[in-house]
Amino acid sequence: MIDFTQNHFALFGLPETFAQDARTLESRYRALVSECHPDRTAAGDETSKRLALQASTQVNEAWHTLKSPLARARYLLQLRGVDTQEHTNTAMPMDFLMNQMQWREAIEDAEIHKNIERLENLNSELRAEIEAHESNLGALIDTEHDYPEAALAVRKLRFLEKLEEDIGHAIEKLLF
Amino acid sequence: MALLQISEPGLFAAPHQHRLAVGIDLGTTNSLVATVKSGATVVLPDEEGHGLLPSVVHYAADGNTLVGHAAQALQTHDPANTIVSVKRFMGRGLTDIADLASPYRFVEAPGMLQIKTVAGVKSPVEVSADILRSLKVRAEQSLGGELVGAVITVPAYFDDAQRQATKDAARLAGLNVLRLLNEPTAAAIAYGLDNAAEGTYIIYDLGGGTFDVSILELTRGVFEVRATSGDSQLGGDDFDHRLYCWILEKAGLSTLNASDSRLLLTHAREAKEALTEHDSTRVSAVLSDGRIVDLEIPAHCFHTMTTHLVQKTLMPVRKALRDAKLTPADIKGVVLVGGATRMPHVRKAVADFFGKEPLTNLDPDKVVALGAAMQANVLAGNKGDDEWLLLDVIPLSLGLETMGGLVEKIIPRNSTIPTARAQEFTTFKDGQTAMAIHVLQGERELVSDCRSLARFELRGIPPMVAGAARIRVTFQIDADGLLSVSAREQSSGVESSIVVKPSYGLSDEEISRMLTDSMQHAQDDIEARKLAEARVEAESLSSATRAALASDGELLNTDERAQVEAALESLALCAAKNDPAAIVAATEALNAATTEFAGRRMDAAVRKGLSGHKLDEIG
Repeated sequence: MIDFTQNHFALFGLPETFAQDARTLESRYRALVSECHPDRTAAGDETSKRLALQASTQVNEAWHTLKSPLARARYLLQLRGVDTQEHTNTAMPMDFLMNQMQWREAIEDAEIHKNIERLENLNSELRAEIEAHESNLGALIDTEHDYPEAALAVRKLRFLEKLEEDIGHAIEKLLF
Repeated sequence: MALLQISEPGLFAAPHQHRLAVGIDLGTTNSLVATVKSGATVVLPDEEGHGLLPSVVHYAADGNTLVGHAAQALQTHDPANTIVSVKRFMGRGLTDIADLASPYRFVEAPGMLQIKTVAGVKSPVEVSADILRSLKVRAEQSLGGELVGAVITVPAYFDDAQRQATKDAARLAGLNVLRLLNEPTAAAIAYGLDNAAEGTYIIYDLGGGTFDVSILELTRGVFEVRATSGDSQLGGDDFDHRLYCWILEKAGLSTLNASDSRLLLTHAREAKEALTEHDSTRVSAVLSDGRIVDLEIPAHCFHTMTTHLVQKTLMPVRKALRDAKLTPADIKGVVLVGGATRMPHVRKAVADFFGKEPLTNLDPDKVVALGAAMQANVLAGNKGDDEWLLLDVIPLSLGLETMGGLVEKIIPRNSTIPTARAQEFTTFKDGQTAMAIHVLQGERELVSDCRSLARFELRGIPPMVAGAARIRVTFQIDADGLLSVSAREQSSGVESSIVVKPSYGLSDEEISRMLTDSMQHAQDDIEARKLAEARVEAESLSSATRAALASDGELLNTDERAQVEAALESLALCAAKNDPAAIVAATEALNAATTEFAGRRMDAAVRKGLSGHKLDEIG
């Protein structure tokens, strides 16, 4: 029986660190989900079906959180009692805001000109920037233990992911 | 059954060890039922040997219902009461199908349209249940027992309303639904297990009325859906319809009556099928007023007039690739599913897009049912040697209406199921005690562009200042891809929790009303089951008798032996007919004729058993 009172890292048998090996994470997920998937109790009674639904929902929730660098960082900080204040703290360094504005203008411009190639290029540039932010975030949490700074990095990363989502929408709008 | 008591262990398979479970592909054009029998997955044919059951239901004024080929034969003669492609109406309202040409008299009803027939108003759920019931009877007769359950396949791109309607239809047909399984996922199981495939595969599933595309990662017994997309109103039917319009245009016909229109649609479908193998075909028909339609259709002409439909399928393919963050080059194999993928220009378009020939070593009509049967076998608890796991996703995002008619996404599309997400809301007025919650499904930002799944009110919120209440709304999606929503006010410690079913689903009361309506069918089902049970009983006694005659025949004299053989023969004759009472009587006669034989075998067995032992061992 799986103990679902544990936190996501303990549930997956992984250290509470930002840095994670993607393959280990995936193989732990598969082992857990195959143990409690509703397919295992499809012919069983209502109680065991409900338990399987709850358990696999929880495993999927943990997987979803641990797989995404942003969600993983947010969760780690939360475990350490740090609120990332993503909804309440809107103060951002000026250079970051300027940079954001430039991104927005570039996306809008490409959208107006229906330039899919430009949007795809912006997407790759942004991906590189996101990855740089992620490794910085990892260092802040795992080695420097500077949690207030890490919370700010989480807020920045959230902005960047929103941008990436918007580029995706813009491309989809032009394609479909 | 006296003879069975002394049959040797392992000689006859115990009939109840294997739990009978089937996979059902409830298709727009054809439906199939398949099962795993002695380790092999097979499609179960009807008495005439047809595997495919046309998804056609005919309702007569006397209340008689015909399903399949018999119903199909009536579609030109009585189009308004012969329901074809009912899958297109599942979970749909009149506005959803506005541009579909069809001969039916529709009735708008809350949640889902209904169809007026001479046998009364039928909902698409009831029509689908008639198809499912026919397959259930077929399976139970063929397998000789009651089904533990069934896996029913649905297009991956079916939304919650369409899934709920399918599950309701199965319940109405008296089936225990082990799982609703996405059609492309079912195909991937059948393909993947048969070919020990590993890597990233794309399933391109163009059925009669729906189009699905799913990208799956196959690794060591895990089938993980990475992304899915599609169009639940695009399929082979649309190619028929395009050709039908072309015929009207070429033949200079304008308005046709329902019967002529159905006739030409049937000809169009046959022409489409003929063009799969031939470069040209001819449509010749005589209309009800004597007018003659006689046209030559070259294949290239058909391909040109339907290119836009083929192109339309590539859009969801691109979308799925984008969602999975993959390019065509990352795809190891393309599996074609659905009868419509037999069209050469569809195959060519897919091959050109991916730069490789699609895999076609499975029958595109059967692969979904076969995969569903494999999954049903595992879900029913018949563990095979190979265990596998399916990780499927929801096809469309789920969200809630927020201020200004906008949708706030709660669960994004392609999330692995089962899943749950909670969101907190608060009141915006002092003393507010109720809150309206509107659940939507779709990718668009505006409420009006998404499908409304449910509206409910959360009442009894304790009066508080604006913003103080904390209402937690939880979306739960189960392994069938079905949604339930619950809401709870938690700041005050007062917990009010409700669970809603989306508005397109039928309520339990509606289901029970329909169950009552279908008592006549239940009677048919009971008859069918009686027959099946009688046949199983007859077969097991006959085979036990034959085995006993072979091993211990010397215990009978010539006359006695002739009597037993005569009883065997008359039972075989009865079992071939459809009268359960006669089979039971003949079985009893055989039982009586073998009672003496059984007694002698028992004695012989005891003597034989004793002779091998020393006296002190048996006291």
